[in-house]
Amino acid sequence: MNTLIRDIYNSVHEFVRTFGAFQLFFLRLVRHSPRMIVKRPGLVVKQIYNAGALSLVIIMVCGFFVGGVLGLQGYANLSRFNAEDSVGTVVALALIKELGPVITALLFAGRAGTALSSEIGLMKATDQLAAMEMMAVNPVRRVLVPRFLGGVVAMPFLVAIFTCIGLFGAHLVSIDLLSVDVGAFWQQMQLSVSIDDIQEGVIKSFVFGVVASLLAVWEGYNAIPTAEGVGRATTRTVVISAIAVLILDFMITAVML
Amino acid sequence: MLRRPENWLTALDRSPDNLIEIRDLMYSRGSRVIFKDLNLTIKRGEVTALMGPSGTGKTTLLRLITRQLVPQHGVIFVDGIDISSLNQAGLYEMRKRFGMLFQNGALLTDYNVFENVAFPLREHTNLSNRLIRHVVLTKLHAVGLRGAADMWPAELSGGMARRVALARAMVMDPEILIYDEPFVGLDPISMGVIVRLVRRMNDALGITSIVVSHDVAEVSTVADCSYLISDGKVAASGSPDELHAANSELVRQFMHGMADGPVAFHFEAPNYAEQLLGRDTE
Repeated sequence: MNTLIRDIYNSVHEFVRTFGAFQLFFLRLVRHSPRMIVKRPGLVVKQIYNAGALSLVIIMVCGFFVGGVLGLQGYANLSRFNAEDSVGTVVALALIKELGPVITALLFAGRAGTALSSEIGLMKATDQLAAMEMMAVNPVRRVLVPRFLGGVVAMPFLVAIFTCIGLFGAHLVSIDLLSVDVGAFWQQMQLSVSIDDIQEGVIKSFVFGVVASLLAVWEGYNAIPTAEGVGRATTRTVVISAIAVLILDFMITAVML
Repeated sequence: MLRRPENWLTALDRSPDNLIEIRDLMYSRGSRVIFKDLNLTIKRGEVTALMGPSGTGKTTLLRLITRQLVPQHGVIFVDGIDISSLNQAGLYEMRKRFGMLFQNGALLTDYNVFENVAFPLREHTNLSNRLIRHVVLTKLHAVGLRGAADMWPAELSGGMARRVALARAMVMDPEILIYDEPFVGLDPISMGVIVRLVRRMNDALGITSIVVSHDVAEVSTVADCSYLISDGKVAASGSPDELHAANSELVRQFMHGMADGPVAFHFEAPNYAEQLLGRDTE
């Protein structure tokens, strides 16, 4: 019994300690961010390219097919109630409020997040971060902050692109394949999607960008500096990011309803 | 920001020739004590070797000297300044006086050879690109790799990577150059090149060098003074000739590469016969 209590105490203690360190780490990144944006914009732009532009293909392909599936499912179910003209509304609201930010964040964690974690973990394992420390260069500022900012800036754009391509996919499926009326498709969408819906999607995309990028650099920076440790950190990035994104999605949705 | 240890001055018999002084250093990792009451002095302008069997904490000592690690007890003075008293800005100012050659080179894989060497200049100075190019090519020429300026770290051999790292370590003209196992895994030609460079850089630039190594033969050719570290303390010190002539069994075992001695060949284990016959319940 005593062992059980001690184990629980140790686990809680470890969790609180790690969570505290995580928050301090976040504050360090935020504290160094303005200086990096002003003094070293080139480094940030390079990381926006790495996290954003290099994720475009997967985001666009997935966005297209998610939109297409929504068009198919929307049509199949709404036509039971003779409401197939509302396909545009259903697809747009689903993509803008939920699927756009959530799926983009999950894809981002899988593509850019893992790349960030493994890159930073390998830099640590090969003493590159220690070498920077010895050259009097702060690796948090020089390496982590640009990568964190790159993800934060890229995510809202990726969500916007995912959503637009998704709408395009739904348009192709609904109108060209299933013969939904094109005027009804777009008009219903315009009438029912408000600025508040778009605002919800934008807020989610920004929050998910911060969380997914933060977790990726945190896991990479704290990776055990071995091949196995870097592999584990990469896996943890995907798993923890996915869980965090879905929990936060629920919380933001609940607050904004 | 910089706390000068006035009280220690008289007690430690400090001399302006002493660039680094370590006093009563204690450092442990978990329950394992790595250093206990370690005392060591590194003189200005000399090549000092830190030697010892594998696992004695030579690299750990370098990390303590450069405050990548912090000791539990004891003081490390660099040019009279207690480095544990420095804040981050002070520490980074101090580190600009150091150049460190890591065991694997630790080159930045995102950058080519030229940019690796230029990295500290771009981070700490506002020099023009033309001047940076001039300085970088000069340093690369000094290590014989001016022709490899456009190559990438992945294209370099182990010896070349270490020479590039050496060029990078000295590009800011440091006062102290630290070499962590510079001879490991090199072919005889590359090793000879690095050995000559260590000595040449020290003498030509008037700097202080610290070489961590367990290659007795190579160290003996470059070091002015050697410390043999074992069991968390300095087991012996002096010039390479003095160490070779020492009477201590441990020093003799290390300097002559004897398999058994005070550093046992066999790691602590249960009784051999009992274990083979299966009587050992473990």
